[in-house]
Amino acid sequence: MSLSNDQLLEIDYYLRLTRTLEERLVALFRQAKVIGGLYRSLGQEGESVAAAYALDYKQGDVVQPLIRNIGSILVAGAKPADIIKQYMAKADGPTRGRELNIHFGHPARDGFIGQISMLGDMIPVMAGIALAGRMQKRKLVTLAFIGDGGSSTGAFWEGMNFASVQKLPMVVIVEDNGYAYSTPTAKQTAAKTLADKAYAFGCAGVTIDGNDVLAVYDETKRAVERARNGGGVTLIEVKTFRMKGHAEHDNAAYVPKELIAEWAEKDAVVRFEKMLVERGVATQEQLAAIQQRVKQEIDAATDEAERSPMPDPADAGRGLYIEDGYWNG
Amino acid sequence: MAETSYIEAITQAMQEEMARDERVFLIGEDVGFYGGAFKTSYGLIDRFGPERVIDTPISEIAIIGAASGAALMGMRPIAEMQFIDFITCGYDMLVNFAAMNSYLFGRACPIVVRGPAGGGTHGGPYHSLNPEAMFMNRPGLKIVAPGTAYDAKGLLKAAIRDDNPVLFIEHKYLYRRIKENLPEEDYIVPIGKANVRRRGKDLSIITWGAMIYLADEVADELAKNGVSVEIVDLRSILPFDEEAILESVAKTNRVIVLHEAPLTGGAGAEFAARIAEKAFDYLDAPVKRIGALDVPTPYSPPLEAAALPDKARVMKAARELLDY
Repeated sequence: MSLSNDQLLEIDYYLRLTRTLEERLVALFRQAKVIGGLYRSLGQEGESVAAAYALDYKQGDVVQPLIRNIGSILVAGAKPADIIKQYMAKADGPTRGRELNIHFGHPARDGFIGQISMLGDMIPVMAGIALAGRMQKRKLVTLAFIGDGGSSTGAFWEGMNFASVQKLPMVVIVEDNGYAYSTPTAKQTAAKTLADKAYAFGCAGVTIDGNDVLAVYDETKRAVERARNGGGVTLIEVKTFRMKGHAEHDNAAYVPKELIAEWAEKDAVVRFEKMLVERGVATQEQLAAIQQRVKQEIDAATDEAERSPMPDPADAGRGLYIEDGYWNG
Repeated sequence: MAETSYIEAITQAMQEEMARDERVFLIGEDVGFYGGAFKTSYGLIDRFGPERVIDTPISEIAIIGAASGAALMGMRPIAEMQFIDFITCGYDMLVNFAAMNSYLFGRACPIVVRGPAGGGTHGGPYHSLNPEAMFMNRPGLKIVAPGTAYDAKGLLKAAIRDDNPVLFIEHKYLYRRIKENLPEEDYIVPIGKANVRRRGKDLSIITWGAMIYLADEVADELAKNGVSVEIVDLRSILPFDEEAILESVAKTNRVIVLHEAPLTGGAGAEFAARIAEKAFDYLDAPVKRIGALDVPTPYSPPLEAAALPDKARVMKAARELLDY
């Protein structure tokens, strides 16, 4: 599918925004300003950004990230300052300090909805969002991310099965990034590929290179348009690699060093930018300018988040039920 | 107007709300063409079509999860558990996803999860659950458990119109045994308000669901000896009507908390604790709690009858309180 030069440069902007934002979060983590854990998406920025870029948010499309798909919600419109505030547990973050990392967003308002920590649970929820869209006679598509580990859960299977039976407009990206925490994919499933699971649901399934930005975009775009036109669910397995531990506390000593070295050569961001230069889409100067712009934006977002107050303890008991009005204020 | 059974009241509530509001739909196992395992949704698919009366695979996680996702988008789903026992299969989705939407994210998630609960029908250990206690300690849900046809209809309408997830516990023993004349006009019963079912001055029984009829029997029996019993039908378990409980205790000074679920860790423990904390000075005797034996509900009728609360046990507790 044809992306314009402007669109290709926009994808590069989101790739760099993701990577720079995470590097900033690491710095804040080391300064003990990030309150909870920090989960890196290093190595997975390409598929996160490219898949989310295939949605049409004006139509009401909704993306649901896992913790390593921070790039996908940036594409959908999440503000870096909001993400930093979430990590810093600030009062004026999207969840006002009640939940952490990228667990936030409203499907009807923001174009994205963060996951909850129980892996697989969002698959039925995203099916329900797609179902509501169909009942409301809208043409929206939902895009859900799940991992090699998450696709072992019962919720994943129930959600995929229900969505497939209902032929809902839903696309699911299953990331094989090598490890679920410390457990390698071979101990997660006996299936030859994660895409093989599609046979059980009777939906479309395909495996692609997750570090090839354009391949991920093209495949997702095809699946999204098929879903929008009543063709039902597609499960896209993306082969990629988690270049860091499960979280910053985890040195991933269980991952062979050769594997890390091998995948470092396949870095999606570097590969994409090389292609841009080779095809004459961008010069090195233009790419440097994008990085400069991204750095300025992250600097400003960091300043904003650092200035934000911590929550008022008096609010801890409020907002359990919608009618108490806490969220209107 | 012809008498309406408890189960017809539930059907009417769903039908009237679906007619009133096109955002309301029903999703569950066998709810469509079959009309539900208990025929609770009988006829709804003919009137509203398969788009709004959705038959699903056997997937409680998917039913509650899809309902929750649709609710975030502005729909008002009713998710049926074929038996409320199976809600344990979707427990995670209800307590970790649906129930947390308001507090964590400021999102309205207006779903109703409803289904047949309770014993006395020889359904055995997997078809007799009273599930309220396992949800009470997971903030974010509302829990209602009507004992009358009037309350079943009015509370279900209130639950459907509520902007929060509501667990609606139907007692299947009452489905076809209870019949009442219901108002012709639209009405709701507000969530969180108890009903003082019978006024009395000597002893309070705080209860809900099918146990209100056991309380009636005990009250009738004691009335023969001139003892007047007050019966407070809580109707809502969460939030619950603390004021009504304390008011009744302040009047009668003796109280039994009666429920059908097992005693230990049952919802009654919470109500008894509130009474001890806030009405201690009014008590002339210790708070009595009566629940089922602390066992799964057994199948065989003599075992089931022995496990569930009965008139003899409540009478014994009442006499002990009155003689204290």
